[in-house]
Amino acid sequence: MGHNEPVGLYRDDAVVLRTQKLGEADRIITLLTRRNGRVRAVAKGIRRTSSKFGARLEPATHVDVQLYLGRSLDIITQVETRDVFGERLRRDYGSYTMGSAMLETAERLTAEEREPALRLYLLLVGALRALVERRHDPRLVFDAFALRALANAGYQPALGECARCGAPGPHRWFSVAGGGTVCSTCRPAGAASPSAEAIDVLRALLVGDWATADASESAVRREASGLTAAYLQWHLEHGLRSLRLVEQG
Amino acid sequence: MYEGVVQDLIDELGKLPGIGPKSAQRIAFHLLGVDADQVRRLAEVLLQVKERVRFCTVCGNVAEADRCRICTDPRRDASVLCVVEEPKDVIAIERTREFHGRYHVLGGAISPIDGIGPEDLRIRELLQRLADGAVKELIIATDPNLEGEATATYLARIVAPLGVRVTRLASGLPVGGDLEYADEVTLGRALEGRRALDV
Ligand SMILES: [Zn+2]
Ligand SMILES: [Zn+2]
Repeated sequence: MGHNEPVGLYRDDAVVLRTQKLGEADRIITLLTRRNGRVRAVAKGIRRTSSKFGARLEPATHVDVQLYLGRSLDIITQVETRDVFGERLRRDYGSYTMGSAMLETAERLTAEEREPALRLYLLLVGALRALVERRHDPRLVFDAFALRALANAGYQPALGECARCGAPGPHRWFSVAGGGTVCSTCRPAGAASPSAEAIDVLRALLVGDWATADASESAVRREASGLTAAYLQWHLEHGLRSLRLVEQG
Repeated sequence: MYEGVVQDLIDELGKLPGIGPKSAQRIAFHLLGVDADQVRRLAEVLLQVKERVRFCTVCGNVAEADRCRICTDPRRDASVLCVVEEPKDVIAIERTREFHGRYHVLGGAISPIDGIGPEDLRIRELLQRLADGAVKELIIATDPNLEGEATATYLARIVAPLGVRVTRLASGLPVGGDLEYADEVTLGRALEGRRALDV
């Protein structure tokens, strides 16, 4: 907390993950902050057209926010915009569904409120920026974010050695429940047998090797996306709602 | 905790949107204080609303018959259709007295994070209404927030092949405010939707 701030007041950078109506004119804003993890806070009067908040607390907006510590929910007192990612997502339906899936993933991977999640925050800001700047295929951007966010949460998939016995790869089997690539001895029933290229794309996305990912063919990307989606759904209890609406490219 | 039926009343009132436990208690004791006739009228209206009011089979607005008052009014312009999220948005636009076309109520906006997709809204019904070519202009009046905007983008895209003119309600600066307080999105949209001044 800064020196000149009154007790109970704090300031942080954040991405708006979700908004929910509250009462007549308020909203509960779920934020993923740089220093305080996931925070839920009330924006009073935000639904009135005269609100000082304007569009600053729309989903996917990157903000500099000042909050007042509350008993259950904090109160948002001031907001400045850093990046208007959401405003740029709205113009393209495919990016909108992809961005929504990122926000939901970030929310679901922060189980506890106020548990610091700096790495996830940085991953999310980077992914939203890449999405609106259209640097890569939007689906690849989502897959890269999902894989890295999962790895950050302790669920990094094996993409070479066998996830079970550690035998060095490459192996031709991939088991979502088994934790990634598996050897033919360890492979559980129902393991998929993706192409070697699809595994290469997953590995590239995980380490940020965009040259390899961007050069992949669309059939291979679809395969990699399918594996990522299945892996993500497996690790998030109840699955991800937004993923159903992501259009298959 | 109160006893029996008083507590039941407080519990039921507390289930209503925007009514917390304190308000529920206050309303309950207000009802205990007023005369029986007034309470009976309230109870009757509540039951009648459930029995009589349904949703218009054409536009999805609230109606007391198969079709609503606006859909059956021959003076309304059938060539202009205004798409809104909720019946209460119909009321808001009707209050302006500026719109003389008809409506289509979607029943919400596309919100992937809440699990609401296009097939959960009355979009198929909208496409059916547009099929005969009678509608020349579709005004999309969904909320000016991310979900509403993305829904507008989606509708514009799927309606494009039908050759209907698609317009969006202008959004921009709130009337009566100071420019310096506008956020960048609002100001950006106001620039996007600027118009020539007639002199
Ligand atoms: Zn093995
Ligand atoms: Zn109607």
